[in-house]
Amino acid sequence: MNGKKPPIFGDAFNRRFGKAWLAAGFAFLYLPIIALVIYSFNDSPLPTTWGGFTLKWYGKLMHDTEMISGFWLSLKVAFFTACASVVLGMFAAFTLVKYKRFTGRTMFSGMVNAPLVMPEVIVGLSLLLMLVSVQRWLGFPERGAMTIWMGHLLLGLAYATVVIQARLQDLNPQIEEAAMDLGAKPHQVFFLVTMPMIGQALASAWLLTFTLSLDDVVLSAFLSGPGSTTMPLVIFSRARLGLNPSVNAVATVIIVVVCIAVVTASYLIARAERQRAREMAAAQRAS
Amino acid sequence: MVASQAPAFLQIKDVVKDFSGVKAVNHVSIDIAKGEIFALLGSSGCGKTTLLRMLAGFSSPTSGKIILNGQDLEGLPPYLRPINMMFQSYALFPHLSVEENIAFGLKRDGMPKDQIAERVEKMLKLVQLGKYAKRKPHQLSGGQQQRVALARSLAKRPQLLLLDEPLGALDKKLREETQIELVNIIEQVGVTVVMVTHDQEEAMTMASRIAIMSEGNILQIGAPSEIYETPANRFVADFIGNVNLMDGTLIDDNPDHVIVECADCKHYVGHGITGTEGMAVSVAVRPEKIHVTREKPDGEYNHVRGTIKDMVYFGSHTVYHIQLGSGLVFKISESNVSRHRDDPLTWGDEVWASWTPLSQVVLTQ
Repeated sequence: MNGKKPPIFGDAFNRRFGKAWLAAGFAFLYLPIIALVIYSFNDSPLPTTWGGFTLKWYGKLMHDTEMISGFWLSLKVAFFTACASVVLGMFAAFTLVKYKRFTGRTMFSGMVNAPLVMPEVIVGLSLLLMLVSVQRWLGFPERGAMTIWMGHLLLGLAYATVVIQARLQDLNPQIEEAAMDLGAKPHQVFFLVTMPMIGQALASAWLLTFTLSLDDVVLSAFLSGPGSTTMPLVIFSRARLGLNPSVNAVATVIIVVVCIAVVTASYLIARAERQRAREMAAAQRAS
Repeated sequence: MVASQAPAFLQIKDVVKDFSGVKAVNHVSIDIAKGEIFALLGSSGCGKTTLLRMLAGFSSPTSGKIILNGQDLEGLPPYLRPINMMFQSYALFPHLSVEENIAFGLKRDGMPKDQIAERVEKMLKLVQLGKYAKRKPHQLSGGQQQRVALARSLAKRPQLLLLDEPLGALDKKLREETQIELVNIIEQVGVTVVMVTHDQEEAMTMASRIAIMSEGNILQIGAPSEIYETPANRFVADFIGNVNLMDGTLIDDNPDHVIVECADCKHYVGHGITGTEGMAVSVAVRPEKIHVTREKPDGEYNHVRGTIKDMVYFGSHTVYHIQLGSGLVFKISESNVSRHRDDPLTWGDEVWASWTPLSQVVLTQ
């Protein structure tokens, strides 16, 4: 007697059902995006009717100064958010992993992670209220790119900390001890050994916080000032006035750029992994 | 004039390490001579690693002193100690090549570039890894990684080399080869070594002296043969190698011999001990010192009678387990000196096991 129950449905049915389920899932995720891309080539200004193929929306985009300046602002804010998040996140993660006991550790850990679960609307609103009153007392900071960056940093820092902390926890502590044993002072251990070993985590934290900042609407909406409108805010405000194929065109451009970046990165990582696996196997055989 | 004995090269003086009430290392004192390979042997949690970490400077003793070559190491951080360590996991820097790994410590000392290159080359030659200089650690086999770790820890010419389970990460076959090679390299360099291991074979073959540790205490310090042949107490006798331990009473105490009565036999031990008649003692006999015969040996001492319960043939020797009248199972290891035994023994046979008066050790604690 074998312990296996007879299947309720035949194997062929299971296979087909599984495939159908998978297809439905993919459709749910990607059909809207495909539709968006297709409609960016729509000649009709109405988003719901197909009026033939055109590239005019992409042409218009070239001269859309509002969108272009929004794009550059977003890029700038995202760049500085990512850099600052990684640096501060590294310090926070390092503290949390290396110092198991200090007064206020639990509070520190909670505070660092809080922005992950705190609704963005609340974070944005409270930051706005704080900045308004600070500005009233000090005359600084004017709401604009700077305040958007501060808000994004708050969020990005939390994400960067989580990513870097996970990597630091995996590190073999003996490697850092070995560095110290060989004469490296604590700061040399950090810069010569720890940092290079968590390089990949730093890179992924940077990319994560960069994208997070690039497409943030809620915090930016609260913290932007006159003349500092990020690209997502431009898109958002246009969409509110009525859908417009030029928004589709912007979105398509972003999707293409992101796809190229992701595919290239995965290819490079996979190639490095394969190379490494081959070298390790060769070393084992040679011994 | 009598010259006073020079203090030992490494002195561990009454060192205690207290982890919130638990004494991981309990009043340990050891003197280690220059050029010695000293092993701390014990099962996990016995405090040997804690002691090693205190030598390296990763933790500091709760009380006591560690003096190396006349210098008190107290308060000296790991990066200022003239001590290097080979870690159990090797802890090679994964992002640096073999030669960069070896050069790491030299660079920290600010050694000129040409001298570093020279020293690295010498180290690579020492561990026979010259052609692997440009490789990264993951491109090396376990044995090669171990040699890089050794070269890296010797590159700075430390006064003291610490080995943490040096062969623990290697498989058995590789371990035996590496063991000898490691000792050769260490002797070539002439560095003083303190190693930590839970593997008694590793300690026996590599070390010139061994300290047996248990629960933070040192139970015995001595050369491998001393520890094996004259264990100080039951724990050590049982921990190192196989042993038959029999509890009994000291019934006759003489300066040149003693007699101990046990449940299965009377022991005639050919040396005096410090004890009093009527005292409870244990007698330890190693399996390889026992001889199996069908006939009853002469005399009334040093033999037991039993039935063969188990028999395992190892080629060079055969191990017998003999069930004694008291229920004790006696382990015997007989060398197979000739190719055939005229009268082969088999399971269930009634036999006598005997030994000479100088092969037992009487343990009073």
